[in-house]
Amino acid sequence: MGEILRLQTPLRDEDVEALRIGQKVLLSGVVYTARDAAHRRMMDLIEAGKPLPIDIKGQVIYYVGPAPAKPGRPIGSAGPTTSYRMDVYSPKLLELGLKGMIGKGKRSKEVIDALVRYKGVYFGATGGAGALLARSVLEAEVVAYEDLGPEAIRRLVVRDLPLIVVNDVLGQDLYEEGVKRYSRQPQA
Amino acid sequence: MREIGFEKIVETVSRLFIEANTELGEDVLDAIRKAKDMEESPTGKEVLAELLENARIAKEEQVPMCQDTGLAVVFVEMGQDVHIVGGHLYEAIQEGVRRGYRDGYLRKSACHPFTRANTGDNTPAIIHMELVPGDRLKIIAMPKGGGSENMSAVAMLTPSVGKPGIMDYVVKRVKEAGSNPCPPVIVGVGIGGTLEKAAILAKRALLRRLGSSNPDPELDQMERELLERINDLGIGPQGYGGRITALGVFIEMMPCHIASLPVAVNIQCHAARHKEAVL
Repeated sequence: MGEILRLQTPLRDEDVEALRIGQKVLLSGVVYTARDAAHRRMMDLIEAGKPLPIDIKGQVIYYVGPAPAKPGRPIGSAGPTTSYRMDVYSPKLLELGLKGMIGKGKRSKEVIDALVRYKGVYFGATGGAGALLARSVLEAEVVAYEDLGPEAIRRLVVRDLPLIVVNDVLGQDLYEEGVKRYSRQPQA
Repeated sequence: MREIGFEKIVETVSRLFIEANTELGEDVLDAIRKAKDMEESPTGKEVLAELLENARIAKEEQVPMCQDTGLAVVFVEMGQDVHIVGGHLYEAIQEGVRRGYRDGYLRKSACHPFTRANTGDNTPAIIHMELVPGDRLKIIAMPKGGGSENMSAVAMLTPSVGKPGIMDYVVKRVKEAGSNPCPPVIVGVGIGGTLEKAAILAKRALLRRLGSSNPDPELDQMERELLERINDLGIGPQGYGGRITALGVFIEMMPCHIASLPVAVNIQCHAARHKEAVL
């Protein structure tokens, strides 16, 4: 914990390899939004052998369905949605070069293994802090699936998005380690 | 008969949903401040500080505190001497939701279960209606987020498990939910009734003010014990580990069938949004 690390997207292998659970990160650059429905559509394209609407190599996907922007603002409230619903899709995207995911909540063993295998990272953003997180979003533009409304894929330009490393390339899990440290229950 | 106009209800519902989504209740803010003092984990403390800062920004900028502005749950207590003029009460509520979610720049989160096509205006609202004595109309707007709702459940327990079994079940639910419902959470527990009644009791319990005691001493004691056991889980703010997993546990109870012991657990994230008006 302690020191905050500034990171710029796209992420390289060496950026990701240096991260450990509990590390606080301020992320800047382009990130793409996608959640349930957008993932399902991307997976259909992959299965059909067709190209994805965005090049995901080295990129970071933020699991968010933002609130509508007020006039003059790039985006409305934009905090993370629960990640486990994307677990079935993430290993494939990591295989194709995705480097990072931002969300909240525990990932499956398959995702954690894929992070080790393909060198990726899972960041947590504070769930419920959508108004605060939106302040780090400088630009937002729908780049695919506009019909999905809040679930469309958006290209965001962020500055100093506050995150914490939850799963790293060593297969560690902050949720497991953190809870172990503070639990007053006998460990199972 | 006291008359209340259709448009008045539309305006009220619209306003309540915008207010609920942008202004976190003082009781919740107080509870988070106290939690921040008690939290031992530095990361946990920072998360709680972020939530306070987030609430401040939301109120100041009049933007929703969370992008998940919820399905629109509405509790209505209608005095039997009230007469609605100019249209149907339910239609007025739906129109109020439509208007509030449009004018308040709130996210529309209602969709078709199979196709997932968005209904576009956050309707239909979920309406729980009760007829009461008097000539007033009380409307409570409760936008309910999906993340914490997904971690909720109803169980038809075996009566022999008794109070200890109920308590174990509640703690187990919160433990299994882990980091998913954005802890610190508030836990609504409905005991008794039938399958659907237990769930409604649990949801209603979430309307209680944080820091208030249960009027039933036995349930009050149970709430305290449950809170301690839940906080001993060590899940902590956002699940990163820590002392504060829940801000409160609220129980509502009623008699049930001699063969049954329904228990519902409705989990609420820190954005415990509810605003009410009496017309």
